[in-house]
Amino acid sequence: MQKSEYLELYRKMYLIRRFEESCGENYSRGLIRGFLHLYTGEEAIAVGSISALREDDFIVTHYRDHGHAIARGLDPSALMAELFGKKTGVSRGKGGSMHLFDAKKNFMGGHAIVGAQIPLAAGFALASQYRHQDTVTVVFFGDGATNQGTFHETMNLASVWKLPILFFLENNFYGMGTRVENIRSNGKSFSNLADGYDITSSQVDGMDVLAVKETTEEAIKKIRQGQGPCFIEATTFRFQGHSMADPAKYRNEKEVEGWKQKDPLITFPKYLISEGIATQSEMNSIINDIDQIIDEAVRFASESPEPDLKELNNDIYA
Amino acid sequence: MTEITLRQSIQRGLIEALDGDPDVFIMGEDVGAYGGAYAITSGFLEKYGPERIKDTPISEASFIGAGIGSAASGLKPIVELMSMSFALVGFDQIVNMAANIRYMSGGQINVPMVIRAPTGAGMQLGATHSQSFETWLCEIPGLKVVAPSNPSDALGLLRASIKDPNPVIFAESAGLYGLKGEVSDEYFEVEIGKAMIRKQGTDVTLVSYGHGMPMIEKAQEELQKKDIDAEVIDLRSLNPLDLETIISSVQKTGRLLLLDTARKTGGVMAEVAASVQSESGDYLDGPIIRVGSEDVPWPYSRKLEQHAMASVPKIIKALEIGYSL
Repeated sequence: MQKSEYLELYRKMYLIRRFEESCGENYSRGLIRGFLHLYTGEEAIAVGSISALREDDFIVTHYRDHGHAIARGLDPSALMAELFGKKTGVSRGKGGSMHLFDAKKNFMGGHAIVGAQIPLAAGFALASQYRHQDTVTVVFFGDGATNQGTFHETMNLASVWKLPILFFLENNFYGMGTRVENIRSNGKSFSNLADGYDITSSQVDGMDVLAVKETTEEAIKKIRQGQGPCFIEATTFRFQGHSMADPAKYRNEKEVEGWKQKDPLITFPKYLISEGIATQSEMNSIINDIDQIIDEAVRFASESPEPDLKELNNDIYA
Repeated sequence: MTEITLRQSIQRGLIEALDGDPDVFIMGEDVGAYGGAYAITSGFLEKYGPERIKDTPISEASFIGAGIGSAASGLKPIVELMSMSFALVGFDQIVNMAANIRYMSGGQINVPMVIRAPTGAGMQLGATHSQSFETWLCEIPGLKVVAPSNPSDALGLLRASIKDPNPVIFAESAGLYGLKGEVSDEYFEVEIGKAMIRKQGTDVTLVSYGHGMPMIEKAQEELQKKDIDAEVIDLRSLNPLDLETIISSVQKTGRLLLLDTARKTGGVMAEVAASVQSESGDYLDGPIIRVGSEDVPWPYSRKLEQHAMASVPKIIKALEIGYSL
């Protein structure tokens, strides 16, 4: 891996972190409304996995979607404008935080019914297969979604049809406030979840961006070769509540602090310095750049106009 | 003109689409080796192969969703549901994905997909297999809903539905698959959103769609014997609704009977009635009459089922009571 690639991983993760912090601030100021689910703590997953994709691969994700959008390269200003409900937003102010889209970048949403994005993603994979193209679709979902019928149905469908799809489980151990032990039939592990569908699976530390990247690259390679779907479980933790409305009283401080020791925004720069890959001043320069990008995104979002009233009835039918 | 059944007209439309556009494919439960639960796709697998005639697992949510995703990628899936009642299993995909995705993406994603499903009661299939959820789906912005009543409209609407860049629910009255009718050998389409005046008349406007049309036409004949000249309108499309055609007819006749073959409460005719009332209530000589199926779960017993269904005698009786016709 080139030095620039390492720095790009850091840059993307830091951009997500600062973007989410800014979202939190602007939510508190009343400039962002609705449900807001922050990706803070989980950055290594979106950045590691999406860095393993080609630009023409499809991404379909869940409602905690800011991280994936940024990792795919969506414009932070247009993303912030969407959260501010402005016409310059990525979904023209009609989607909001949970429904981010950029079809030109094959970023096919942000979907807010738990597990509903999984069948949709199979459709993008089906289209690639139908056209004999070697593009891959990655679908992200959380531990909560693994109990939806759509998850199991689509794992089966994808396996039967050998669809070029990567099922990517972001296990942050809580579906809203309910711990996985209370909703998973075997009490804890997801490691055997794919076995029943004859889908190749792997587990990875979702706080380790390099491990996520490498694991995803291996899976994508198999899928692109036509071996059918793969499944990855990455363990991670969100540092904040489920949404801004959630004080996260169901978790104890010790658990949160334990995970914060693994914060990729602390561990990864340390690794880069200790391995002699990058210097602190190089990283400071990235930090400065991103602080400016975030300031600009908030300025752009604030100053952008709201949608015209006629937009209410536009985009319903093609 | 050739006389064919409604089943044959749908087959003709599907074959034409498969032949004309490599992006068109069909998927659903038992559409391949079995040939379709109602034998619509009989012989298709042999002709087009398993890539284009895809048998799916019994997982409606999953294959409807896969249809949506493939349509969003630019393919033109035609998804067959074995029954409109089974749409419930995939309702979230139909409503939250197919209908909403264009709007919530700010117009970036289109879903050029057709969902075909047999609908309606009358075949003693009991409560779970006899329902008409096209009346629920026609409330959803982003979806179009059509319900042909004869072979010619079935072909014309199917052509328009497959060409449409939006998700279209194509409700096929299961009781009409064997209905014969003349179909033009020339290419034609039926525009989605346009009702059809089947017969001009001056005394009363009778409106229905799909399975209700044979009943309405019989009722019109009964009325003719009493020298009552009824105008007969076939909605053909439940969303968008062609209220204009109905309203101008009511302004002429002053009387309106609406026939729903689905359960009466909350049916599409409730919306038609409310719209006519607010748009041209002044022209009405009496209350709008609605006839529909009884608000009960569909029973198995033939006697009970027939009793629950709308019928010609019920229509005639309602007109006698409502308008003394």
